Amino acid sequence: MGLLDQKFESGNVVITTVDNLLNWARLSSLWQMQFGLACCAIEMMAAAASHYDFDRFGVIPRATPRQSDVMIVAGTVTLKMASRIKRLYDQMSEPRYVISMGSCSNCGGPYWEHGYHVLKGVDRVIPVDVYVPGCPPRPEALMEGLIKLQEKIRSESLVKKSA
Amino acid sequence: MLTDFGRIFVFFLIGGVFVAGGLVTAWLVRPDRSYPNKLTSYECGEEPVGGSWVKFNIRFYVVALIFLLFDVEVIFLFPWAVVYQKLGMYAYVEMLVFVAILFVGYAYVWVKGDLDWDRPEPTIPTIVRQGMVPKQTVKRETVEV
Repeated sequence: MGLLDQKFESGNVVITTVDNLLNWARLSSLWQMQFGLACCAIEMMAAAASHYDFDRFGVIPRATPRQSDVMIVAGTVTLKMASRIKRLYDQMSEPRYVISMGSCSNCGGPYWEHGYHVLKGVDRVIPVDVYVPGCPPRPEALMEGLIKLQEKIRSESLVKKSA
Repeated sequence: MLTDFGRIFVFFLIGGVFVAGGLVTAWLVRPDRSYPNKLTSYECGEEPVGGSWVKFNIRFYVVALIFLLFDVEVIFLFPWAVVYQKLGMYAYVEMLVFVAILFVGYAYVWVKGDLDWDRPEPTIPTIVRQGMVPKQTVKRETVEV
């Protein structure tokens, strides 16, 4: 029914309270759809492991797009894979976010010049929220990317965005 | 004020309200932004091909059948368990006989191999009469080298 879905023209104290609650709930349990494609996947695994724990942010790896909130695209996106990424992003349910991890998914990375098979940046097929630079980015860098995404979610609002 | 069953009914109602409240609130609040691509079946990113109903193993049928029989036995055991002390030795022995009969069936199913997960080859019993040799089904040719 979408009683809260972008129905409000202006904010008031009830809206901001509900906003805060919803945003806090969403950013504290960002279940990730692990999408490790290449070397960045190892750093993503390291970030999820015990030393640089991801679980303390509420991030649990899920293998299916239906149960995940954030898709971390970690690795080189080939043209063959790009159509699957698009389909998987479509199958995620709102609210959904994308973190592009590493140079290959940011902009094509080391393959930018001669990579005939590489998609130069995953933002050519899906909308990306946070770009994490690095080749590969250290787990701490990925965690900073996640925290930046959390800040972005904290600033979301139920009030309809006016043009 | 309420009978014992009435209290259980109230419990049941509260449980139902708990579940329904959560689901209904979610239905009221969630947005519906679906489009055809979103509603396709998940097949690891590929185009979904073929039906999604998987044939399940026939062994589940056998196990379910045997479970059903013993579940009925348990249902018979419940009222007996409540009153058998008042009925004395006769009821106790009678229930033991009942359980023993069903136990024979259970032993039969067990030995026959119906409860094994890896089904062995079925052994077809052959009847050997006095003085006769069972006919060989496969002709074996002996070649002298």
